[in-house]
Parts: sequence; structure tokens; C-alpha cells
Amino acid sequence: MSTALLEIVDVSKTFRSAGDAVPVLDRLKLTVNQGEIVSIIGPSGCGKSTLLKIVAGLDIDIEGRVLLEGEPVKKPSQEKGFIFQEHRLFPWLTVERNIAADLSLRKPDVRRKVDELIKLVKLQGFEKAYPKQLSGGMSQRVAIARALLRNPKVLLLDEPFGALDAFTRSHMQEALLDIWRENRTTMLFVTHDIDEAVFLSHRVIVLDARPGRIKTIVPIDLPFPRKRTGAAFQELRTLILRALEHEEPENGSVSYTI
Amino acid sequence: MSNPTTEALKGVAPSQVTAKPIASNHTTRKKGDFKGRKFLLGSLLPLIILGSWQYVSGTGIVDPMLFPAPSSIIKEFYEMVVSGELFRHLEISVLRALLGFLLGGSLGLLFGLAVGMFSKFEELVDPTVQMIRTVPLLAITPLFILWFGFGETSKILLIALGSFFPLYVNTFLGVRNVDSKLFDVARVLEFKRVNQMLRLVLPAAMPNVLLGLRLSISIAWLVLVVAELMGADRGIGYLIQDARSFMRTEVVFIGIILFAAVGKLTDSLVRVLERRLLKWRDSYRG
Repeated sequence: MSTALLEIVDVSKTFRSAGDAVPVLDRLKLTVNQGEIVSIIGPSGCGKSTLLKIVAGLDIDIEGRVLLEGEPVKKPSQEKGFIFQEHRLFPWLTVERNIAADLSLRKPDVRRKVDELIKLVKLQGFEKAYPKQLSGGMSQRVAIARALLRNPKVLLLDEPFGALDAFTRSHMQEALLDIWRENRTTMLFVTHDIDEAVFLSHRVIVLDARPGRIKTIVPIDLPFPRKRTGAAFQELRTLILRALEHEEPENGSVSYTI
Repeated sequence: MSNPTTEALKGVAPSQVTAKPIASNHTTRKKGDFKGRKFLLGSLLPLIILGSWQYVSGTGIVDPMLFPAPSSIIKEFYEMVVSGELFRHLEISVLRALLGFLLGGSLGLLFGLAVGMFSKFEELVDPTVQMIRTVPLLAITPLFILWFGFGETSKILLIALGSFFPLYVNTFLGVRNVDSKLFDVARVLEFKRVNQMLRLVLPAAMPNVLLGLRLSISIAWLVLVVAELMGADRGIGYLIQDARSFMRTEVVFIGIILFAAVGKLTDSLVRVLERRLLKWRDSYRG
């Protein structure tokens, strides 16, 4: 688990609006290893979603480089599966056809893989259902299956469970870990939920806001499945919370001195 | 949908999917009864009108030349069907409308898609199209006759021109209403250009396209009548015009009823198409 799969090298991003230049990311450096789940957590507006879009190749107007297996990322591709905040399924396609998307279910290998994935995300019986008939959690699982069908080298998840209720969310987190156990898919996971980060990831990256920089990296060395109520879990949770909160008084004092 | 997530997670067969048909069986029967009653209620007024019309015609108060009795219209209709005269006129009319609609409608669809997809193409084409659209079709008719004569070409082109605009405008609108977030999905999934059109833009714009289709078909009928009334030697429009000059009022009525029937039939066909193609829509329950 030590081969570098994804390298983010000195990536900076500046938004320009009405002549003002707002730095969003500042020389960010991060390496994600093969089979690793890395969470990115930080206050809103710290550029974590922007970072994910850059890695996906959806935003290429940046300084610095993003390398996937040593190759620079220039455009979106199926190698970088992306799970959006909302499920973004095609409303006119059934579950199985959404997973297949532009591929034909008449091809036996596509058919077989789609059936496997439906089993993996536990949607048997809903193959012919339309997105309007699905709950939020189910829709998001279809979106995950759609990405996995394309054998991505890395799965990029942008607060995928943010809109779900707490109960469904914890189920989804377990489902995601099931998928990881099965496929060892490398994942870069953006979240604003500390519990989620500690529960899922091998490492948690805490980002600073404006401009986004890495504040600390917290390795989570707990074995799976993790107990949310365990002492070690709570300790790590507090550690991250403290790292996140650390900034608030600092910022406050800066504004006071001005 | 209370909480199907947990059910599915446990691997339990989703109960609401199997439960649905049982529940809906009951409601369909009820709905059928309701529909039957609605049909009866809806046909009450026409029946009363027809009945009193027939009665009044029998008394001789009205001029049978202007208001022929329903029975004599039916008799005339039967004779025309048997002689094959009616079918001959209907055939050419349907053919004209169909050819004109296919030509204009498909061009409208293609241009609507292209203009919706590429803003450069929009800037090039849309202002001109909108300008032509505002010109009343009847004002162009004499020009078409001058250019193409009284033959089939002018009629079909006129129908094509009329049915171009509704499909063009609505397809354009439909494309612009496509959720831009889905384009990001298409990029991430590496859709080919063709698939982006066929699997994203077209289905997403389908509600508007179908609306355009319905409007285009009705315009095609409208223009057909105009074209056939202006000069033709066959067709339902000609039939009406010809019958008028010989005071065969029954035939005029038959022509009008025929237009109504065919118009209603095609509209119902599009509605069936809508129900099949748009069953994914959340709002579609009318």
C-alpha cells in the first residue's frame, strides 16, 4: 500500500471575479497511495471541492500538476470516477441503464458487470426502477455503481452523503467500506463530517481556509470495522476537531488587531 | 417510500415493488368506472344537439340545403365510402400533410438541436428564423404559388414551413433547459459527441420536443386546409370547396368532420407516445 497512485504537486488555484484575485488553493502537496482512502476535511470555502474538481480534470485552469500513475491529468476520464454531492442520475433511465449509461446492456460483459455491481451496492429488485422511485441513499449507490463499472483508478467523492439523514449516511459509509474491501478502490473523499472522515479513511487531511493549505494530516490507524463509540475513535475525533477549531480564535484575533 | 434503503441493505426483497400491482388493480377498476361515466357525460351534449338537429330538420323549419339532417349526412358519408371517393381524397390529404410535416418537422428538430447546442450557430441562424416566424403564413402563400405553381410542391413546402417553427422553437427551448450538471457527468463518463446528443440532450429535451411535435402536427393540418382550399384537384380541402360550389352541404360537413377526426387521431397518437417516452418524469401524472 505504499505505491503512489495520485500525486498533487504544488497546486494553486485562484478565482478571479470582478478584477479581484481570490486565492483558493495555495501550493497544495499531497500523495495518495494505491488502495488508500484519504479524506479531506475543512471549513466551507476552503477549496476542498475545488481540489477534487482539479483532480478529476474538470478544472484545469491551475498552477502546479496533478499526476495519476505518473501521467498528468488534463481532462475528465473514466479513470477518475466522480461521485457528486447530488446523485446526478439520468432521470429517464432505469437503475440498470443508468449504471450502463452510454454502454449497451446487450453486450454480455456489460450485462454481467452491471448485475454484479447491482449486487455489490445491494439494489437487487430495483433494476427497472426510475430515479424518481428511489430514496437519496439508493440513488447515490446507483451513482457509485455507475462510476465503478468503468474500473476507475481512483474514486473521487464530493460530500456524497452530505444530503442524507444520519441513519442512511452511516449505512452508506458501511456500504462504501464493503466496496473498498471487495475492490480495494483508491478513494479521495471530501467531507465536512469529522465522524465520517475518521470512520472511513486511512488518513484525514485537515485543510485551512483562504487560501486552502494543508494544516495537518492525521493518520487513522484503527482496524476496520471501526467502532464510533470506541475511546481511540473519540480521541482521533477530538484531535481533528481541535485542528479545525484552532483556526477560529486565530482568525478572530487577526480581525481584532486590524 | 418510508425507508427502502434499510430494506435493500438487508437484502430483503423490496416490498413496495411487489405490493404495487395488487394495490393498483383495485384503483384501475375504479378508474375505469369513472372513465366510463366521464365518457357518457361528455357525449351527452353532442347527442342532444344531434337529436334536436335531426328533429328540427324533419319539421321543415330550416332549409335542408344549409342544414342537412344528420341522417342524410350519414347516408352521403356511407355512399362516399362505398364508392371509394372519400378514401381517394383522404389519401392525398394525409400524404401531403405527412410529407410536409416530415420535411419541416425533422428540419425543425435538427435546427433546434443544433441551435440549442452551439451558441455560435444560434447567433448565426436564430435571428433570421425568428424574423421569418413572425410573418403570417397566409401572406407567404401567394408567393409560394407564384414560385412553385399549384402543384404538390407548393403545398408540401407550405406545410413544411408551417410545421418547422413549433418543433424548432420547442426543441431549442428543451435543449437550453437541460440540467448543466448532467453535462459534467457526461464529461466524467467520457460520452462520445454522438452519445452526448442521443443519450443526454435528446432525452432531456424530450418533453419539449413532444410538445413541439403536437403543435407542428396541428399546424400541418391547418396549412393543409389553406393549401387545398386555394387550389387543388383532390384532397379533403378540395372536396369541401367543390361541394360548396355545388351546394352539396352534406359533403361540406363530411369534410369538416373528417378533418376533426384525423386531427384528434394524430393528437391521441402523440399522447400515447408521450405516455411511453415520458414515464420517467416525476411531474408527469396529469
